[in-house]
Amino acid sequence: MSDRPIKLERDEQHMFNIRALIAGVLILFALLGILGRLYQLQVIQFDKYAELSRQHYQKRIPIPPNRGQIYDRNGVLLADSHTQYVLEVVRDNIGDENGDGKSTLADIDGLLERLGKLIPLEEKEVRAFKTQVRRFKYQPIPIRENLTEEEIAAFAVNRPRFPGVNMEVRMERFYPLGRLASHVIGYVGRIDAHDLERVDKNEYIGTTHIGKSGVEASHEDRLHGRAGYHLIEVDAHGKQQSVVSEKAPVGGQDLFLGLDINLQRTAEKLLEGERGAIIAMDPSNGEVLALVSVPTFDPNLFINGISHKDYSDLRDNPDRPLFNRALQGTYPPGSTIKPMVGVAGLAEKVITPGSRVHDPGFFRLSGQKHVFRCWNKRGHGSVDLKYAIQQSCDTYFYDLAYRMGIDRFSNFMRKFGFGEKTGIDLPSEATGLMPSKKWKEDRYKRDWFPGDTVNIGIGQGYWLATPVQLAHAVTIMANHGVRLKPHILRGVRITRNQQESVLKPEPFPPVEVDERFWRLAIQGMENVMRPGGTARAAGAGAAYRIAGKTGTAQVFGLAGGKYNAGRIAKRLRDHALFIGFAPVDNPKIAVSVIVENSSGSGGHTAAPIGRKIMDAYLLKQYGDDKLSPSETETDASGAEDPHD
Amino acid sequence: MINSLLPSWLVVALQRVDAVLLAVLSLLVFLGLATLYSASDADMDQVQRQIVNFLIGLGLLVIFSQISSKTLRLWSIWLYGAGVTLLVLVLVIGVTKKGAQRWLYVGTDIQPAEIMKLAVPMMLAYYFSEKPLPPRFIDVVIALLLVFVPMLLIMKQPDLGTALLIATSGFFVIYLAGMSWWLISSGLMLVSVAAPLLYFFGMHDYQRRRIDTLLNPESDLLGTGYHIYQSKIAIGSGGFYGKGWMNGDQSHLDFLPERHTDFIFAVFGEEFGLVGNLILMGLYLFIIWRGLYLASKGEDTFARLLGGGLSVSFFFYLFVNSGMVSGLLPVVGVPLPLVSYGGTSVVTLMMSFGIIMGMRKRKRIYQQEG
Repeated sequence: MSDRPIKLERDEQHMFNIRALIAGVLILFALLGILGRLYQLQVIQFDKYAELSRQHYQKRIPIPPNRGQIYDRNGVLLADSHTQYVLEVVRDNIGDENGDGKSTLADIDGLLERLGKLIPLEEKEVRAFKTQVRRFKYQPIPIRENLTEEEIAAFAVNRPRFPGVNMEVRMERFYPLGRLASHVIGYVGRIDAHDLERVDKNEYIGTTHIGKSGVEASHEDRLHGRAGYHLIEVDAHGKQQSVVSEKAPVGGQDLFLGLDINLQRTAEKLLEGERGAIIAMDPSNGEVLALVSVPTFDPNLFINGISHKDYSDLRDNPDRPLFNRALQGTYPPGSTIKPMVGVAGLAEKVITPGSRVHDPGFFRLSGQKHVFRCWNKRGHGSVDLKYAIQQSCDTYFYDLAYRMGIDRFSNFMRKFGFGEKTGIDLPSEATGLMPSKKWKEDRYKRDWFPGDTVNIGIGQGYWLATPVQLAHAVTIMANHGVRLKPHILRGVRITRNQQESVLKPEPFPPVEVDERFWRLAIQGMENVMRPGGTARAAGAGAAYRIAGKTGTAQVFGLAGGKYNAGRIAKRLRDHALFIGFAPVDNPKIAVSVIVENSSGSGGHTAAPIGRKIMDAYLLKQYGDDKLSPSETETDASGAEDPHD
Repeated sequence: MINSLLPSWLVVALQRVDAVLLAVLSLLVFLGLATLYSASDADMDQVQRQIVNFLIGLGLLVIFSQISSKTLRLWSIWLYGAGVTLLVLVLVIGVTKKGAQRWLYVGTDIQPAEIMKLAVPMMLAYYFSEKPLPPRFIDVVIALLLVFVPMLLIMKQPDLGTALLIATSGFFVIYLAGMSWWLISSGLMLVSVAAPLLYFFGMHDYQRRRIDTLLNPESDLLGTGYHIYQSKIAIGSGGFYGKGWMNGDQSHLDFLPERHTDFIFAVFGEEFGLVGNLILMGLYLFIIWRGLYLASKGEDTFARLLGGGLSVSFFFYLFVNSGMVSGLLPVVGVPLPLVSYGGTSVVTLMMSFGIIMGMRKRKRIYQQEG
């Protein structure tokens, strides 16, 4: 490049020296500026900042509230809180432990060594403690929870040797009845990040546990209460100087469930060794008297973090003990819904009380070859509604459903609560499925066939219901259309020395049909329990009038083959169902029973269970070892001592 | 002498190290470690990790002090090119942490913007070493473009603090190259006009809050004002003589945040007072001046411009950090050079002093041999 000027090393050196000199002087002034600022802070405004530094800082120490207790309807204690002892360390208070004349982090190791001789500390505990104690100098950090009686005694004697180490009392959840009603009560567990997202963090600062399932979770807001605090002043070294103010925590509410724990226990025993669910409700107010799902589990395992082995045992158990069948299990309702279908047919004028259908043992759509069989191959002859219910005649209901059409049918069944959550106050309720034309088109992209409707008529096909939906529907039958929301919580007690206040039942819009139709369908249900009915054995010798209906839900698709319980694998056998209520003229109890993969039909297996539950509740047949309020309370505080 | 105890290659190598600068650096490092020990509540583990950082830095200092200006000059374009490429990659496939996309994953997360702290002054020193000085207007424009490309890429991440540091390191080189005073003053005027515009239209909310907080720190004591308020209390309450080593109760309480990293200056100020601050600033000033002096002894224009640029940048880090901690400048995540805890900063700063030392004119014996 010819026009490129010549670079002169000497000129450039000179230029740099000047520029660097100027920069050096400017830098000097800039640093003097900073020093001027420091002079302003450290000399001119010294008094102001020295005072601010001396000033006492206020700190808020949270006091967690005591969790409310849970009782059954008769005051039997179901969930209790007992005291446990925790060892905590405040790092700033431990002093010069290792004797080097200074109080530093290194002192922690010396302290742990001495403490470990008194109370054996696990390596895991020590590691967790050390990461915490590094970060917080003035906050108590737990080193050991659940001290045993011996450890408490040993520490109490040696306390003066351990400045900065305190023994604190905490309340811990305990379920005195163990596995009994575990699906209803649920359990608490340690709060995790996920839990904190749905609660007010300020209220949970000092709280360690939160409801994870069952009533413990669904009524967490009532049980938890409101946190209190000490407002204290700390000096420049973080030590407490004085208490400025205090707000006492407000304990959680005590809950009284509608559950009758003796009925619950009876029901759980009736299903022992099976898989299944039972729900008993009081039709007059929607209170749940018993809600059983077997197998059950021990909720006490979950409180302080379930061990890996216990959890995998529960999770991998093929009977799925953690699965709440009563709310989450969806089953084809089978013949149990025939009385409701009958009411629907009458209300929609598809049938009349006197109209009859001829049952040759099967039903066939005109122009089609396919045959829908009645369970009775010989046929029931000419049947009316009452007889069709008593005999559970499939042909009658095939015909009814077909003529009613699927959309009218499922719209009416929704009035009985099928296809939607009942809204019971327990978590994770399933919706079930009340199919419609639109549903099938959306789900399977296929048209609805008339044959689909025929199967729905006997509670098969796509129709799925939960046991609690069935029980809810039975209460509507028992109430002649009055519909109340099923609920577990019956009443609450805000403070310890107060009477429990009972909550009002929540009504839904009633199912409004001619009163005669209810009576007709219920008469059919009464006949089910009498000679000639499908549950005649279960109904024999009752001291009160029972209305019931049996059902059998197919698990195994029988392509025209012959069903033989003995020859089919247990898991593919039919489910046995029963619904019913009693006494007929003044219903006090409504039940739904399902026994999964039963060896017998609804009439043989489920109906006798339903009868025994009615007997137990109405005749108070709970046996000699009946649980009563005072006994369990002594159980919890005496025999079940936490330190044993 | 000590020379006889060392292998001869090391003796030769150490002759390139400026003993005066190294001695003052060591003094500063020692003060820094003492402050760190106090700030971390006598956590010897942390102090040891920092000592390891310094030893690595010291090794790099010795190694880079061997590299001549001629060699280094050849690396400039490649380093700059690689740095810009990585910055583009960051925006495309970078790792996002705390809402900013600043890292690249290559087995571990690296932050390419750190490379630019060296690459930008190197590139500019290279550019001007090829051009007649003082630079023509067009050369200044091209040099500014070389600064703005990485600056904008880093602002996009967003990392306004680092973008600012890198841009200023480039401006210092342009200044040292002899950019005319007329251009400098009109440039400064332009910035003073553009700054409010940037505040209103070019900033993220959190950045704007930091500036609001600076102008009125007591307005937001629970939010961003908390840091500055607490560090001002710590420094101010230190007074003339300070509270004494390990006795700074402000810094030992949990009140002062980031006390072993960005806010360690507050711990120092509280414990050693104005007297300590005078000594600390004296040490820094000596290091910067010595750096400029060594730069002026550089082999060629590239050596002088790069050495000078790195020295002034070192001052700028100090200025931004101490200004921030004492409440004069907004909160920007810049460590106090050679005192704050942190490996990257310590290692790169030691390395840059090695570069400054290495580019000095060779002594006569070597020249004769060559």
